[in-house]
Amino acid sequence: MNLTLKIWRQKGPQDKGQMVEYKVTDISEHMSFLEMMDVLNEQLVAKDEVPIAFDHDCREGICGMCSLHINGEPHGPDRGITTCQLHMRTFKDGDTIYIEPWRAKAFPVIKDLIVDRMAFERIQQAGGYISVNTSGNTQDANAIPISKLNADLSMDAAACIGCGACVASCKNSSAMLFVSAKVSQFALLPQGKIEAADRVRNMVKQMDEEGFGNCTNTGACEVECPKGISLENIARMNREYLKASII
Amino acid sequence: MSGFLSSSIARKVAMALSALFLIFFLIIHLAVNLTSLFSEEVFNQASHFMGTNPLIQFAMQPILIFGVVFHFVMGFVLELKNKKSRNVKYVKYNGAASASWMSRNMAISGMAILAFIVLHFIDFWFPEMNHKYIEFLPEDPTRYFAELQHKFTNPLRVGAYVIAFILLALHLLHGFQSAFQSIGFNNKYTKCVKNFGTIYSIVIPLGFIIIALCHYFNH
Ligand code: SF4
Ligand code: FES
Repeated sequence: MNLTLKIWRQKGPQDKGQMVEYKVTDISEHMSFLEMMDVLNEQLVAKDEVPIAFDHDCREGICGMCSLHINGEPHGPDRGITTCQLHMRTFKDGDTIYIEPWRAKAFPVIKDLIVDRMAFERIQQAGGYISVNTSGNTQDANAIPISKLNADLSMDAAACIGCGACVASCKNSSAMLFVSAKVSQFALLPQGKIEAADRVRNMVKQMDEEGFGNCTNTGACEVECPKGISLENIARMNREYLKASII
Repeated sequence: MSGFLSSSIARKVAMALSALFLIFFLIIHLAVNLTSLFSEEVFNQASHFMGTNPLIQFAMQPILIFGVVFHFVMGFVLELKNKKSRNVKYVKYNGAASASWMSRNMAISGMAILAFIVLHFIDFWFPEMNHKYIEFLPEDPTRYFAELQHKFTNPLRVGAYVIAFILLALHLLHGFQSAFQSIGFNNKYTKCVKNFGTIYSIVIPLGFIIIALCHYFNH
């Protein structure tokens, strides 16, 4: 298939950046979206042009590195997948595809399509962990009784890969889905209960300081999340936060 | 804004609580208005009670005004902050793919409702305050119905009211269930809340519309 690509090019953080048009030909519909980008980059290198910088790592939907806002949606038009899992068969011959980086003040562009997602890292460091003594006599986690329901809900929340599609899709650039997944995965387990109040307070404080917007429950994040993280997590985080603030 | 209301979640909860309060108030307001369709006398009695009861006038009314002002001011503060959170806009942004029009345009429906409230205050509340607390005109417990009828003779006003209530319905269609989500209420009853919210969001504004139209066509 032959495609027209309109891609955001930006030399560095200070550069103003702009959309640049490219043509690619003979793209196989079996290719992944990132393979199509590789083909384009090979063409650019052959022409002595600077290839387009974009994030990727595992290319199998588990690391969360690949990003790309494709035709107005994070990870493109398909549901429940990352960009590396998006296939060219989703598009038609002759299509024009817009490719942009995640847009949020808290995710500044580093180069072309790569954004700095360290804000998520700092939120995690503010409380997204449990303190466990690993001196050698650590209690076996399996020895702690946990209800099946909570174990499952916690596992579902832990599926978040920190990709940032929730922020990218949200009209408010809110990071609530990500933060609520990270709060929930611990809040649901006995091991996480001890530090629950401090965790939610500190993570929300860091989230606000990073400059993410306020959640207005549009639900766009849940629709665009490649891992199906549910809005229930946001409600849970709101409860956890209220509990931690009032008590 | 400092203290408790400096955190995004606290603001969100405050928005939700003021919203739930206003949602509750709408029911009372509609109930009083509905009496005007059935009995002039009952409407006058209800209005007289609302307008002269000290608890309602000096406790509930200030709380209500605070609730309205708070909901608007906080709503716009949050909207501005949210706009700033995306300093570079997308060239192509397909918001409709993942969220409803109502949820993405609460500020627009909110502004329309604000414009309506200004009109509504000019129509009813300012004259009322003037009557009672500035000019201290003699209280006639039967004056309310005639005042109401008089207001709904102008087709432009009736049209503006109808449009405002349609926007209120759109605002509520997202706002009702959103308020519950914000206070952390998301559980096995959420489906019920959503369904009830949809019914409420249509029935209540429709009630106000019917009342306005009835008075317009029956005067
Ligand atoms: S919640 Fe979903 S969209 Fe957001 S960072 Fe996690 S996996 Fe990505
Ligand atoms: S590259 Fe790892 S999730 Fe896409």
